[in-house]
Amino acid sequence: MEIFLQQLVNGLVVGSVYALVALGYTMVYGILGLINFAHGDLVMVGAMSALQTMLFLMGVTPGMSPLAMLTLSLAVAIPVCMMLGYTMERLAYRRLRNAPRLAPLITAIGMSFLLQTIAMMLWGRNYHTFPQLVSTAPMQPVAGVFVTPIQVTIIVGSALIMAALIVLVTKTKLGRAMRATAENHRVAALMGVDTNLIIALTFVIGAALAAVAGVMYASNYGIAHYGMGFMPGLKAFTAAVLGGIGNLGGAMLGGVVLGLVESFGAGYIEHMTFGFLNSSYQDIFAFIILGLVLIFRPTGLLGERVSDRA
Amino acid sequence: MKRSVVALAVMGLGLSLAHAQEMAVRLGSVAPLTGTISHLGKDNENGARLAIEDANAKGVTIAGKKVRFELLGEDDQADPRTGTTVAQRLVDADVKGVIGHLNSGTTIPASRIYNQAGVPMVSPSATNPTLTRQGYPGVFRTIANDVQQGGMLGKFIVGSLGAKTVAIIDDRTAYGQGLADETDKAVKAAGGKVVAREFTTDKATDFNAILTKIRGVKPDAIFFGGMDAQAGPMLRQLKQLGIDAKFVTGDGGCSPEMIKLAGDAINASAYCSMPGLAIDKMPGGPEFRNRYKARFNTDVQIYSPYAYDAATAIIRAMQAADSAEPSKYLPALKKSNFQGVIGTVAFDDKGDIKEGAVTMYQYKNGAWSPM
Repeated sequence: MEIFLQQLVNGLVVGSVYALVALGYTMVYGILGLINFAHGDLVMVGAMSALQTMLFLMGVTPGMSPLAMLTLSLAVAIPVCMMLGYTMERLAYRRLRNAPRLAPLITAIGMSFLLQTIAMMLWGRNYHTFPQLVSTAPMQPVAGVFVTPIQVTIIVGSALIMAALIVLVTKTKLGRAMRATAENHRVAALMGVDTNLIIALTFVIGAALAAVAGVMYASNYGIAHYGMGFMPGLKAFTAAVLGGIGNLGGAMLGGVVLGLVESFGAGYIEHMTFGFLNSSYQDIFAFIILGLVLIFRPTGLLGERVSDRA
Repeated sequence: MKRSVVALAVMGLGLSLAHAQEMAVRLGSVAPLTGTISHLGKDNENGARLAIEDANAKGVTIAGKKVRFELLGEDDQADPRTGTTVAQRLVDADVKGVIGHLNSGTTIPASRIYNQAGVPMVSPSATNPTLTRQGYPGVFRTIANDVQQGGMLGKFIVGSLGAKTVAIIDDRTAYGQGLADETDKAVKAAGGKVVAREFTTDKATDFNAILTKIRGVKPDAIFFGGMDAQAGPMLRQLKQLGIDAKFVTGDGGCSPEMIKLAGDAINASAYCSMPGLAIDKMPGGPEFRNRYKARFNTDVQIYSPYAYDAATAIIRAMQAADSAEPSKYLPALKKSNFQGVIGTVAFDDKGDIKEGAVTMYQYKNGAWSPM
């Protein structure tokens, strides 16, 4: 039981980060039908620019409180990623909006390589230690389950951000414009929606989420590296497809489900298959679930609107 | 005007004459220069580069011609498939010898391509025993293999640490798995019990799931076969999950980077093994470390001394045979016997380095200190 609960916590932490990143994929897909493969690398840029800010602050004001430092570094990382998201959309994707779908897709992969290479030139190949401003020392275990303050921060933080995003999309005028643009650009434009602006904003919001996810991810594992965005990006993309790409609730559900499946998969796969499969198959476990969902619900767990887009 | 044209022509003639007397010899260096262990890959390339720059500065003459060595660095991304592609590219570029690759998983498939092309290769860091047991005449390594290292690790974990129960994790690469298997055997041979065998990948950063599972069986020691990029975060997560078993890893985790990545989670119950001697105990170690730092403005990670000696072995063999042709200098490479940075460089009949020592290290005061 103790092990089960610990795996539940492990899965929730990873799943929350996946969910935050998956939202960026799904929002862009919902509105443009584009899979922005460079989104995972925005996670890296978020973590790296936060790291740079922290190192700067530590040099200038050594005695600064961790909370203030975290806030300030987020205040740098988020706008940096937002600007980058906007720039990508403006320079690369907007010109290709009416091109065949393969063109923006390949451009997105190119963007991903470009960001990684620039980051490698800026920050080098070495791993960087990411300051642990929120403690990663385990708190008093409850029922044998060890939880660290950063893990609590990640779960609560992502839940709050996701709730705010839902409110933004469903209750505000901007959200209505986003939904209208997603349904049909031309009609939305005829109704007086500035679709260029709305699409750019979608990228910008997704990038902000990626920045937060990057800082959370790096704080939890204590490391940052120019290639760190690749794996969470890939997993988050999987989560977005699992939940139903284009659907906000689906991305959140998909992220959490994927995190839990990975965690329980690694923990129990050996018992479940009587020792036939072991933890080296933990990723396969996640993809089996994905495969099954896509066979029986091709639009993903919650995806419905997607069918008329694809 | 006219005079200057003549002067130019004369200068040009002079240049081309100088060029004709100099012979360029290309050597290849392959290591992952991008991806999770690119810091180690660059370290290998730097080691080989330093050896080549030294040879060029000293001036090497082969068959009466002054030789200028050129290093062709390739990136195999630690990926076996990319490894064979770049191996073919080096062969096509007519390299006369290869220093590399870094990982066992890339070196073994690539060695087949070099063998077909008749290009000798010396790996500074691939430790999987299979590499030198394929019957390829031109395959060498300057580092001890995993049979030696795993045997030492097993004895150390059970004998010196007194661990009765051991959990073993590996990253499913040819290196990690090979070393974990050898350690597994040696732990059992020494009377210890392997209570868990778990797996991860060489790209993972989250190990909470498998560590939670390991916590359930309460081992005295945990051994990880893999690289520092995983070992560091793994150690942190052990602490976060409240596991206080001894942590032991192989040469892949025996780097300064590992200590940096583990942060405050690392303490005196972390150990690692390294084939060969500690850099301070290597005959040319301290000098090499200083020169390396001065040239590349970064610290030696793990294998650059081995890469330096690998390149030196090839260059010396070419001098001894008075030829840069692989078929001519290969016999001389087999008979290598010189004092390198790491100690005596000489190969046995399989191509493994003779007397490959293994040293155990313990974490102490911010560094790995030899035991």
